[in-house]
Amino acid sequence: MIEDIELETLINDVYEYYGFDFGSYSRASLKRRVSRVFYLDGFKHFHDFLSKVRTDPEYCKRMIDEITVNVTEMFRDPSFYLTLRKEILPLLGTKPFIRIWHAGCSTGEEVYSMAIMLKEAGLLHKSILYATDINASVLETAKSGIFPLRMIKDYADNYRDSGGQQDFSDYYIANYGFAKFNDNLSEKMVFSQHNLVSDTSFNEFDLILCRNVLIYFDNNLQKRVINLFDDSLAVLGFLALGTKETIKYSISQTKYKQFAKEKIWRKIKE
Amino acid sequence: MEENKRIKDCKVVIIGGSAGSLQALLQILPFVEKTISFAIVIVVHRKNTDEQTLEDLIALKAKLKVKEVEDKVKLEAGFIYIAPSNYHLLFEKNETLSLDTSEKINYSRPSIDVSFESAAEIYTNHLIGILLSGSNSDGTVGLKAIQAAGGISVVQNPLSADMPYMPNNAILHTTPDFVLKTEEILEFIKEINQE
Repeated sequence: MIEDIELETLINDVYEYYGFDFGSYSRASLKRRVSRVFYLDGFKHFHDFLSKVRTDPEYCKRMIDEITVNVTEMFRDPSFYLTLRKEILPLLGTKPFIRIWHAGCSTGEEVYSMAIMLKEAGLLHKSILYATDINASVLETAKSGIFPLRMIKDYADNYRDSGGQQDFSDYYIANYGFAKFNDNLSEKMVFSQHNLVSDTSFNEFDLILCRNVLIYFDNNLQKRVINLFDDSLAVLGFLALGTKETIKYSISQTKYKQFAKEKIWRKIKE
Repeated sequence: MEENKRIKDCKVVIIGGSAGSLQALLQILPFVEKTISFAIVIVVHRKNTDEQTLEDLIALKAKLKVKEVEDKVKLEAGFIYIAPSNYHLLFEKNETLSLDTSEKINYSRPSIDVSFESAAEIYTNHLIGILLSGSNSDGTVGLKAIQAAGGISVVQNPLSADMPYMPNNAILHTTPDFVLKTEEILEFIKEINQE
């Protein structure tokens, strides 16, 4: 494991040289992630690693891609998706137009999950799904809609557990160990790089999903991001977080009402 | 075994286990008094689907209160914390717990090694790590880290473990401070921070 002081030096340098600010990331996880890249890339001395990061923008990009956690799955936590399907989508369906933001979408599995549910609810045609991440490489994967075939069985199980009743295999074409999801699912998706640490609100949404992203941030940054979501959410819109995340330390509880047992909150006033 | 190796100021007891560890936990936790001056953190492998049942079962049987582990929850003496399924559980300097969904380690998330290593970094010689029954090699590296940081390592006696592989692996690759049968682990915990 790298030393605390080394980590802090790296954080400072990455900010100074490239403007990416990891200063408010939870240290325990960040330290593990940086140590992982350090050893993975065969470095022996931290100063070599540091100088590579400073002088080689391509390498710095690789390092950032590697330290951000990009583990995701389709219909992750099926009971959450069941609630979305049964309770939230019918409410959103009454609107003429539905704007959804997946913040920290990683490789996009949850975005495609959402598109499938919207399609089945007959709402995809009037929806737009903005999907953003700090990491440009994962967005490329997300855009392609191509995911490893070995995961598909789990995804099909999740899909079923989340209330899906169609034949899941109708949504993709399998080839060479990969599943390519149908283009009609991605037609309504807009992918772009967005950094929750430094970027601002860019639209008003009816549903914002940010699942298992806030866990990597300290309390102050969590507060900032929740307020960014608040600024980006229409009244009566919904905010959905990961199963172990909460807004309760970040924003006035009179403004939001938790929905069912899931980590979904509805904005009840401006 | 160094029988005299004692921790005076233990802040955290972290217990790792896999297959067969629930039985041991249920022989230990119900008999631990509420007044303990340290926190108990439990990291066990389980299926994603039985999320709540382990918490419920332990909450039902233990005198100690089980605190739900949400991201950045404060670690306090006198409570039990159970790592949620599908997350790695980590320790922060400000004595909060944080979560991480990164890749599985030893085919496991939560991984015992990850939590043991993280706890060792923060709690150094105020930490006791206990490894229970299991059929996986997770936990061995973590126990080493705990010892290296000055903490105490305890391994369940493989003879009293349902699945001896995990404790055996730790005994094979480390020199645990204690190898104890289930009932001895309970006695050991009762002695912590007692003069």
